Amino acid sequence: MEEKLLRLLEQDCSYTNEQLATMLGITAEEVKAKIAALVEKGVILKYTALVNWEKTEREFVTAHIELRVTPQRGEGFDRVAERIYQYPEVKSVYLMSGGYDLGVTIEGRTMKEVALFVAEKLAPMEFVVSTKTHFVLKKYKQNGVVFEEPKKDERRVITL
Amino acid sequence: MSFDVSSKLSPVVTSIQPSGIRKFFDIVSSMPDAISLGVGEPDFVTPWHIRDAGIYSLEKGKTYYTSNSGIIELRMEICNYTERRFGLSYDPDTEVLVTVGGSEAIDLCIRALVSKGDEVLIPEPSFVCYSPCTSLAGGVPVPIVTKEEEDFKLTPEALRAAITPRTKLLILPYPNNPTGAVLTREDLQKIADVIKETDIMILSDEIYAELTYETKHVSIASIDGMQERTILVNGFSKAYAMTGWRLGYACGHPDIIAAMTKIHQYAIMSTPTTSQFAAVEALRNGDDDVAEMVAEYNYRRKVILEGVRQIGLSCFEPFGAFYVFPNITITGMNSNEFCERLLKEEKVAVVPGNAFGKSGEGFIRCSYAYSIADINRALERIDKFVAKYK
Repeated sequence: MEEKLLRLLEQDCSYTNEQLATMLGITAEEVKAKIAALVEKGVILKYTALVNWEKTEREFVTAHIELRVTPQRGEGFDRVAERIYQYPEVKSVYLMSGGYDLGVTIEGRTMKEVALFVAEKLAPMEFVVSTKTHFVLKKYKQNGVVFEEPKKDERRVITL
Repeated sequence: MSFDVSSKLSPVVTSIQPSGIRKFFDIVSSMPDAISLGVGEPDFVTPWHIRDAGIYSLEKGKTYYTSNSGIIELRMEICNYTERRFGLSYDPDTEVLVTVGGSEAIDLCIRALVSKGDEVLIPEPSFVCYSPCTSLAGGVPVPIVTKEEEDFKLTPEALRAAITPRTKLLILPYPNNPTGAVLTREDLQKIADVIKETDIMILSDEIYAELTYETKHVSIASIDGMQERTILVNGFSKAYAMTGWRLGYACGHPDIIAAMTKIHQYAIMSTPTTSQFAAVEALRNGDDDVAEMVAEYNYRRKVILEGVRQIGLSCFEPFGAFYVFPNITITGMNSNEFCERLLKEEKVAVVPGNAFGKSGEGFIRCSYAYSIADINRALERIDKFVAKYK
């Protein structure tokens, strides 16, 4: 039940408690209580909108940075990640397997701004061994949603 | 001398009525801003791995005719499917025919069995093709009314009452379009008991077999003693969202499948090769897709059923297909009137119940093969409309 509720909210967090109740076969009060508990437990962190900024006036760039770092004695990568995710410019941080250690996403107004952030803030940290910056040129799909014009229903309006 | 083309037409064809909602359909088509709940096909796109298998077959140049009954890989997968889902074993060499949609299988089966004057029992409301196919074969369609208060099930009493010495075939259209009714194993057992006293054959149209909710579909062929007198018809359109691929199949006694294959061989040759390769992939690796779609339909089913009841229309809870079939008699309108006025006044298209047989009068069919957002928008408008007239 909990997983079903979470999947529905992940699909569309604008469903009302009544609609969720109908879909799950429980009461709206029960939905409310379950959601409150999930927020309390930190399972639901936040409700956000998925925005296609390409269609707005806002100019900004996103970059994926591959960081190779030296893990800290006793604290491994967690302490390193914590130092990095404090910056508001840093939108996400993942610990990775393979050719590098931390995958960091950074947003800035211009490429130069992002490049300078990497050069001045990330690269000089004592545990950072190397950085590789990749700029995002175009987003095609995010969170399972394809960035394109809403599809028209091409089915015939009535079929028996 | 004037040359009258219409007098050249076969009288049987002339006597068949074109679909009763032709006029209504034309009005809907002229209103692009209407919200439609009229569609009888999934809103999902065929899952990518299935499309990919079709594309791959084209890349490999598989563009030839196949054997009349379909590629053997597909017939074997169909047999695996009927075995794992219904415990029914069929021989892929002699007991399976791949057809152009379930519709062709229905037509072939009726043509293979029915001759002049034979009666074909058709529970109604139901899909529109059984009666015209029967007439074209020279048979006599005999509707059996199923009722809202009996959950639109075919009852053994109604069945027994309709049987005459000329009865050749019973159509069993469950899970049902347009009512969404399903039959349980117990229901089927009772029908089988009646049929076993006769020599009537059964054409079981199970195209919605995978789309049932909180219950699993049971095939009448799996009832003891029924397999040899049942022609099971199914297809890929509804379960795998493959309507446009036009692929279905029939399973049954080798003599009947051979007869159907004979007609198919002259009328169709073989079904599209690309579709057949895609269908193999669907049956091999598509179970998870079906489960996901069914879970999604089930949410919508609950939302639309609750919505329709909130509006104040009585509605039987359907456990199959993707339709609800609310009763609109409290508005004082008949089905056609309701649908035409709902379309004009609130711009929502639903299908009049009488399109599915006379006994569908007083009902409308609303499809829930739409997003929840669309369903909710349509429900708001239907609510406004019904509030004016009830």
